[in-house]
Amino acid sequence: MSMILTDEQLAIYNGERGETMAKVMKTLVRYGEVFGAEKMVPVTSEYNHLVTSFGLKVMAPVYDLMEKLIAEGVKSGQKFSVDPRPLDKNVPQNILQKLVFNCFMYTKQDYYEDQLEKLGLLSKDSFTCACYMDEVGNKPKFGDVLSWAESSAVVYANSVIGARCNRNSGIIDLMGSIVGYVPYFGLLTDEGRRASWIVRINTTKKPEAQLLGSAIGMRVMEDVPYVIGLDKWLGNELDDAACTYLKDFGAATASNGAVGLYHIDGLTPEAKLSGEALIKEGAREYVIDDAELERVKASYPVMWKNADATPKLCFMGCPHMSLEQLKSWTVKIEAGLAESGNKKVLIPTVFTAAPAVLAEFNKTEYAARLEKTGVITSYICPLMYMNNPLCAKMPVITSSNKLRTYTTARYYTDDEILAQLTKGEN
Amino acid sequence: MKEFKGRVIAAGEITAPALVSHEGLNTLASFQKALQFGDKKATCSDQNNPDLFGKEMLGKALCLPQTIGSTTGGMVLYCACAMERQPACMLFSKPIDSLAAAGAILADVWVDGVTMPVIDSLGDEFLDYVKDGMTITVTADGTVRVEE
Repeated sequence: MSMILTDEQLAIYNGERGETMAKVMKTLVRYGEVFGAEKMVPVTSEYNHLVTSFGLKVMAPVYDLMEKLIAEGVKSGQKFSVDPRPLDKNVPQNILQKLVFNCFMYTKQDYYEDQLEKLGLLSKDSFTCACYMDEVGNKPKFGDVLSWAESSAVVYANSVIGARCNRNSGIIDLMGSIVGYVPYFGLLTDEGRRASWIVRINTTKKPEAQLLGSAIGMRVMEDVPYVIGLDKWLGNELDDAACTYLKDFGAATASNGAVGLYHIDGLTPEAKLSGEALIKEGAREYVIDDAELERVKASYPVMWKNADATPKLCFMGCPHMSLEQLKSWTVKIEAGLAESGNKKVLIPTVFTAAPAVLAEFNKTEYAARLEKTGVITSYICPLMYMNNPLCAKMPVITSSNKLRTYTTARYYTDDEILAQLTKGEN
Repeated sequence: MKEFKGRVIAAGEITAPALVSHEGLNTLASFQKALQFGDKKATCSDQNNPDLFGKEMLGKALCLPQTIGSTTGGMVLYCACAMERQPACMLFSKPIDSLAAAGAILADVWVDGVTMPVIDSLGDEFLDYVKDGMTITVTADGTVRVEE
């Protein structure tokens, strides 16, 4: 072992708190050593966030490992939120889909949720990928060290909040809060947070968040980009609209590439503090104009069997929508319907958000207005819903580039989605 | 025949046919079908990876730059190993990413009886040279021999 551990960490490593705790510590030490970590540092956030939310029958090795931890009396040192549930009866399902979901795929859901409760689940409603929303309450502070997973949450926490977290994998996330330490490397360090790419935005209009994120993710992969020119479109304050934009932008950078941190010149906290001093010498440059965004969009494969099929479902909210998004989309859909003379959306549509965000939304006048348009709200994970052969055959549309990447859902811009939902235009 | 030297992430010795991805391997998207629907040959289900889509990964020497995508990646790799649906070895041209490293280490520490050698930092030349079907031999010191 090349890492220098404190006496307490060494005691855990050597088995003084049991064989299972020792294996957890050994896993983290080996993980850190791969990346040159010389020490472990304390996790300082109030809560953790885990990526694994689904009780898929075939993921038995994960549940076996959880069972081993529970049997040994090992618990997370922090309460945690977790990614969205894969099932919600509000979301359209035919009889066959219901049968497959409940009798074959997610038969371990209740069992796994019971395991999560034993290990430290924050509450029965703490299932969302957007745990950092004010309504949910798992929002770290600037500089906090996290042991989170969920790529969209990690990139948001690092970039928009200024917390420090590596792109941890599922299981590693839980292990960090079991021992209370994470290896110090990568995005936890000042050097690891410096940018090796300069991205210049030269578009003639505000770029679509999910498309811009996709373009940057595919180009810079796991590197840190410093984005210049986006504040022209987003402003210089992290208000609700800017945070919502960055949520969707970041999720696309993380799923279409492997970005864990980005800086937006004049807007995100570290860029505001340090500016272009965050850019490494010799950083590469990527210029994005309208033509580049068009090129990226045209490169997406269409996975539908019949490319001209009529969409059967529309999913919005991967990652989960913000309260601001639910309200603004209510207004946009109402306006679109009023313009076309239609009373309800023309494609079955599901807006997904955190249970706590939906609860707040339901207190507003917008909830009844959205319901009147025919749009369904849900806390489901669209990605998990889509990940089976039955749903994979369905022509589903979305403006989520994450959902497009992992499923057969077809990507359209927000404006294109709106036109399809309200006017039937394709 | 060419030899390349990399860093050992998980040790082991193996000979297997090469399967090459020139793009980052999206672990969740690639192993989804294998894990969710009992595909024991681990056919790659990532529609966005033209090099691997539809090809069997089980028992292959998987040659790639890095892995990308969802942070379930390491857990997915761990499950693939525990369910014996893993590649014969994973050979990275670049330094390994945090998700693949987690998966390799989780499998090495927590799964008994499964060996999946993992070598990283083999260099861009390795990925330029190796082609599908070439015979790969990995030795415990991180040497990777590629034969046509």
